[in-house]
Amino acid sequence: MYEIRIHSRGGQGGVTAAKLLALAAFRDHKYATAFPFYGAERRGAPVVSFVRIDESPIRVYSQIKKPDLIVVLDNSIMDVVDVLQGLKPGGEVLLNGTLPHDMKGFKTLSVDLTTIALRLNLVVAGSPILNTPVIGALAKMGIVSMDSAKLAISEMFSDDRNVKAAEAAYQELVL
Amino acid sequence: MLTIATGNKAVAAAVKQVSPEVIAAYPITPQTEIVEQIAEYVTNGELKSQYIPVESEHSAMAACIGASITGVRTFTATSSHGLLYMHEMVNWAAGGRLPIVMANVNRALGPGWNIWAEHTDSMQERDTGWLQVYVSTVQEAYDTTLMAFRIAEHNDVLLPVMVNLDGFSLSHINQSLETVELGDFIPPLRLPHAIDVKNPRGYGPLTGPEEYFKFRWDIERSMRDSVKVIESTENEFSRRFGRSYGVTDDYQCEDADVVVVSMGTLGKEAEVSIDLLRKEGIKAGSMRIRWLRPFPKLDLKGRDVVVIDRDYSFGYGGILADAVRSKCRADPYSVIAGLGGQEVTYDDIAGFIRGRRPGEESWFGVTPDV
Amino acid sequence: MTEIPKEEYLFKCTSACAGCSSSLVLRYVLKAAGPDTVLVMPACCTSVIQGIYPNTAMNVPVYNVAFAAAAACASGMSAAFRAGKKATNVIVYAGDGGTVDIGIQALSGAFERRTDFLYICYDNEAYGNTGMQRSGATPTGARTTTTPGGKPDTKKDIDRIVEAHDPPYMATACSAYPQDLFKKVTKALSIRGPKFIHVLAPCPPGWRYPTEQTVEMGKLAVKTGMWVLFEREYGKVTINGPSKAAMIKPHPVEEYLGPQGRFKGISKEAVDSLVSLARRNAKRLSQEEEGLC
Repeated sequence: MYEIRIHSRGGQGGVTAAKLLALAAFRDHKYATAFPFYGAERRGAPVVSFVRIDESPIRVYSQIKKPDLIVVLDNSIMDVVDVLQGLKPGGEVLLNGTLPHDMKGFKTLSVDLTTIALRLNLVVAGSPILNTPVIGALAKMGIVSMDSAKLAISEMFSDDRNVKAAEAAYQELVL
Repeated sequence: MLTIATGNKAVAAAVKQVSPEVIAAYPITPQTEIVEQIAEYVTNGELKSQYIPVESEHSAMAACIGASITGVRTFTATSSHGLLYMHEMVNWAAGGRLPIVMANVNRALGPGWNIWAEHTDSMQERDTGWLQVYVSTVQEAYDTTLMAFRIAEHNDVLLPVMVNLDGFSLSHINQSLETVELGDFIPPLRLPHAIDVKNPRGYGPLTGPEEYFKFRWDIERSMRDSVKVIESTENEFSRRFGRSYGVTDDYQCEDADVVVVSMGTLGKEAEVSIDLLRKEGIKAGSMRIRWLRPFPKLDLKGRDVVVIDRDYSFGYGGILADAVRSKCRADPYSVIAGLGGQEVTYDDIAGFIRGRRPGEESWFGVTPDV
Repeated sequence: MTEIPKEEYLFKCTSACAGCSSSLVLRYVLKAAGPDTVLVMPACCTSVIQGIYPNTAMNVPVYNVAFAAAAACASGMSAAFRAGKKATNVIVYAGDGGTVDIGIQALSGAFERRTDFLYICYDNEAYGNTGMQRSGATPTGARTTTTPGGKPDTKKDIDRIVEAHDPPYMATACSAYPQDLFKKVTKALSIRGPKFIHVLAPCPPGWRYPTEQTVEMGKLAVKTGMWVLFEREYGKVTINGPSKAAMIKPHPVEEYLGPQGRFKGISKEAVDSLVSLARRNAKRLSQEEEGLC
């Protein structure tokens, strides 16, 4: 089983990113579950979402304690939340844009999702859309196939700039 | 159609296909997605129901009752305090012999306000005459909601059915969902006692001591008859759509020395515990109870039993443990766990089984060495 | 210019949304009420803003109670305090859903029995806490998650309903006019019996406008006449300054509806309905103020 924890702020689409990732994995003919942890969160407050991907049916519902991958959509969260908590030895981190931060030796990748979104004018209610480009980045990392990533995005969103954003992130992420 | 969906959306998708004429509901976390999705279906014409956004849960059930007695299909959904607020009318629906289907998203009771999974809410309705089923996957939530209508409306039943799903753990998790072509799986509803102005009758008037108990027995008789209806409905569902469930979901129980009994998502996660324990040489099995009412016959003879209660009856004990103890003449190790969304993992459940003390009760997080 | 006390009873860094009217309102309510106060709170946005155990964001006792029960709970609490000769302010602080829908039975009973308490309804015109579903206080044409095509029905006039109970004091207020709110709360708490203050609470996520425009939205509501600031003291109506000005020269209603995403695509019929309702309400209040009815 491969376990991913996504950190974002309420309203940034972290919960949808989890669903997109699960849908892409599902289109890869894998089993996947995606769920948020709902606290008393409001717009702007840190939010955590979880994704599990496996070759066999997933029967675990409890929170992911030892993720294989951490995704951070808003680096400012790292000032208030220990995003690395529980990350497995050898686990990886994917950040939105670079930030001087002690990543405690974990392999850290980054791609500027915000700039990609702004470049394509992929903005809703003043916020850049980060959940579709991040799926492109995750496809580059091999978590899901790019074909399934694009399929999942088009299933959930009609605006084709979302697929373009994912493609841009795929191109721009350096492994 | 093969997609992914949350438990809530799966219930809404099933309701859309069943197409009740009237839906009356009031929002409460974590049920809100169900009513919002239904409102969207109605607004864009995918669902031709009369959607009544009532002002409280008591009114939601009252409105369903009013609609149902005219002979139409109805649906509502609620959770926790909403369910408790409609308690009086929940009783009325069963007493009124109305095949209402309600989704209850299991959630703990306040104070303090707690929005996470716990079964005490629906457990407190167990005496009302409603059939109750507890699901553990998104697919099961969809399939069971479809079956609930057919079971409720069967002439041998004519009792309301409550479909329970764990708050957040199941209501908000995305899992795979395959929707079906219903065809004639759910026959048209023919309510024998529906209001008919050409044949006017009084409904539920003053009923004296020499008559009342007969109506109460009638509810119980139908509750017992529903056992066969549940079985035949599930068989028919399996025949048409290829998925079957049963009154209990048994995992490796046949040769088990110890069986863990539980409901909802914990019952599914318990299977992972079983796999772990089997590797250690412990012959464990998981029995997830689906249908709580009518309470099933359980095959627990000759094995140790661990019962996980995600509920409690103060001054008495775990409600499921009590049912197992008295109905199955077993001496279970009763574990109270998961209250208010308390995290319970497959490791924890394996621990309950390894450390079992038959006849005792332990509170996870309180009792040392649970 | 009213002297507003500096002391804060609502702590900083709550989980309220940026631009939340309720936080603004509660600050001024508590400044006016002072420390000898208990807030009785049904389920609402503020019951979450309160914070999660073991913290609380308010420096007064807050009693959380079931959704339908606030006014009834306040009835009992007030009776108990008065029996013990305590003058403690009992203030119900409830959203529109808990007032106009599920809480209306208890509200009506408490007012009919002349309970000595202040009922404050902060109205963001939807069920905010559970994700912006429609309430009885949602205005015509507004999109909510349960009225995705715009609400077909009108906004329940809770002020007329409360008026029918003949309370010694009732008023409307708005989060964009904190001085006015402060004065009204102070006045209400000086009167014995049931008091009602209905506060318009513009809500960025619910009404879908940028978070920094909350005060502007509140002012536009009043300037366009869509919300009237008035008081009714022992039956005598006083329309407050900003609304008097709005009656003479109202801003076009589009200035208020336009910036709000919840009114996007609103039909002409719905706009006409909103405007005619607002005009009818304003006219009645004017006539009452002049003693004509």
